Amino acid sequence: MGHHLDALVDAAATGDGVSLDGLSVVHDDAGFRLETPDSTLSGLTEDGLREALEDADADDYATNWYFWTEVVGEASPQRRAFLRWVEGAPVDAGDDGDGESNSAPVPERYDALRDGVSREWGQLLVTVTVGDHGERSYELRHADEADADRDALDPYREPLAARQLATYDEKGRYRPLKSGNNLAGGWVFPDLDGRDLVETVETFYPASVPNWYRERRGELDVTHWEDAIGRQTGMYSVVKTWNRGDGHEHVDWVAEACCDDSQCVKRREWEYDDDTDLDVDGGDGAFPCREPCSVVIAASRKWTRLEGEETQTYEFELTPSEKQQVEDIIDAVADDRTDDIREADVYEGANRYRARFLRAKLFDDEGNLGGVPTDAPDGE
Amino acid sequence: MQALVIVAHGSHLNPDSSAPTYDHADTVREVGAFDEVRTGFWKEEPSIREVLRTVEADEVYVVPLFISEGYFTEQVIPRELRLNGWDVADWDSDGLSASHVTLTATDVPEKTIHYCGPVGTHAAMTDVLVRRAETVTGDPNVGEGFGLAVVGHGTERNENSAKAIEYHADRIREMDRFDEVQALYMDEEPEVDDVTDYFDSEDVVVVPLFIADGFHTQEDIPEDMGLTDDYRTGYDVPAEVDGHRIWYAGAVGTEGLMADVVLERAADAGADIGDALEVVRERTRKTPQEAN
Repeated sequence: MGHHLDALVDAAATGDGVSLDGLSVVHDDAGFRLETPDSTLSGLTEDGLREALEDADADDYATNWYFWTEVVGEASPQRRAFLRWVEGAPVDAGDDGDGESNSAPVPERYDALRDGVSREWGQLLVTVTVGDHGERSYELRHADEADADRDALDPYREPLAARQLATYDEKGRYRPLKSGNNLAGGWVFPDLDGRDLVETVETFYPASVPNWYRERRGELDVTHWEDAIGRQTGMYSVVKTWNRGDGHEHVDWVAEACCDDSQCVKRREWEYDDDTDLDVDGGDGAFPCREPCSVVIAASRKWTRLEGEETQTYEFELTPSEKQQVEDIIDAVADDRTDDIREADVYEGANRYRARFLRAKLFDDEGNLGGVPTDAPDGE
Repeated sequence: MQALVIVAHGSHLNPDSSAPTYDHADTVREVGAFDEVRTGFWKEEPSIREVLRTVEADEVYVVPLFISEGYFTEQVIPRELRLNGWDVADWDSDGLSASHVTLTATDVPEKTIHYCGPVGTHAAMTDVLVRRAETVTGDPNVGEGFGLAVVGHGTERNENSAKAIEYHADRIREMDRFDEVQALYMDEEPEVDDVTDYFDSEDVVVVPLFIADGFHTQEDIPEDMGLTDDYRTGYDVPAEVDGHRIWYAGAVGTEGLMADVVLERAADAGADIGDALEVVRERTRKTPQEAN
């Protein structure tokens, strides 16, 4: 105990002194001047300063200064910004916390931190607690397991362990998109320091912290749809041909299909082009999506080809319930609910037996719905 | 501070694609030669577009985990990294000799970016092919009585791809270690389908010069060579084909010694890696060393 005071007294005695989160300590001809929002003491000797800083509230200011100055430091501005955001401290100079509420004075913030302060980041839940000497401990778990008993979760300590946890969804399927809204749970990083917390978060959601940081500073380089597909070459250059100068409805559909909050935890900031917003909302994600991702581009390549087809009129008959069932099946697949529909729940249109019945009744031997060939006969 | 950034293709469908990239990054990380080791992908995250902003260090060595010079190393990666003034002519390469260029990137203007040639064309890659043969046979001295086939895509998509195969096959032949060495291709003569026609040796090690295991190395090549009728049922190593024993190694890129080539590329570009090469060569060895 006390090394934070040594460091603070040293820093206060040199240069411009110490100033952070409402604490100010400077040294002038009269001695040390200690200022917090609650009190101002001047003309202090070094011993007097130490004594004043050992007062409970002042000690919170002192350990807070030590943590942010000596432990976290300024080496990585984005890491520092993220860690401050996590605990609701002012992130940037002139900023009053998270922009949602005024940041509380340090002693009040510490009271909350002693119980733990939590923030969601995508599907992650970060909880920071402060120890007796101002040291922070960060716990990371799945946001859906906020109330789970920590002992019921598998503990991990190494940030890179997140790589494996992020690779498969609950059903063991490969997750092609790290920011997909299908992160599996069952794990906890019970005690990370600030550096490892950011490493772990960045392993779950690569580049999320730098992009969020750039956005806060008004420096996020958003690349809109037009520019993003304009730069594609090789097999993806074909996506350029999908834009035909007649609106952006097709890109609305892409965003609704791929970028909805139900699919991806990033907040879509890219639009059709600089002047044209998409009609679909970008979502409420904590961190931004700055350009169409590779999954969107790859899917759009397929859609470019599919959407190049002309529509045709097919004629076959469905009962009202059959039409409804086709819609139910599309909904179930689109919402990834097929596994949730119970085997004998024949009241669900997307139930397996219901789908098999529909196929038995309506498909011919070639798999054509209503017995109508997909391709028009030659010569038409 | 110096950082290593390994960039690779990755996949939307198959986690095995990025696995070697992560493995080699971990190996390099463990030897501590760089302050930071990051990975970036064409198809996974962070994207090559965003990987540089995940780096803190100001000296950044970017090593493409690709087999040959071509579309990705010359167009896609420089474009996505936003390298200022990139001109493929600066590599002054004959298709095999790209080493590195030093540039800046608009994404992180304060950093220096050393953009390296692909791992697949580095001379050290020859040693990885040999190490792969040692690993798959479990014999650190494998060579005598054995043939070795190096398998590549062929020239259909990229003529430099075949150059890399020939280059390493020639170098292994010059070692005079294996009885026979042959370059084989998937889509041109001499074809991997006819592997047994090209060897007199009863034992033949077949090493595909691919970065990761996937469709080609796990499905096509084993079936084409007749190791199995259906890749899903697997195959023996070695497998008997036409009176030969085929030791099929799978993608060379999964061999631990690949980390050595990554380091060599960065060192060629000026990275200070201390004794990391020696450490990695030993740590990644899976066969027992001969007792002296």
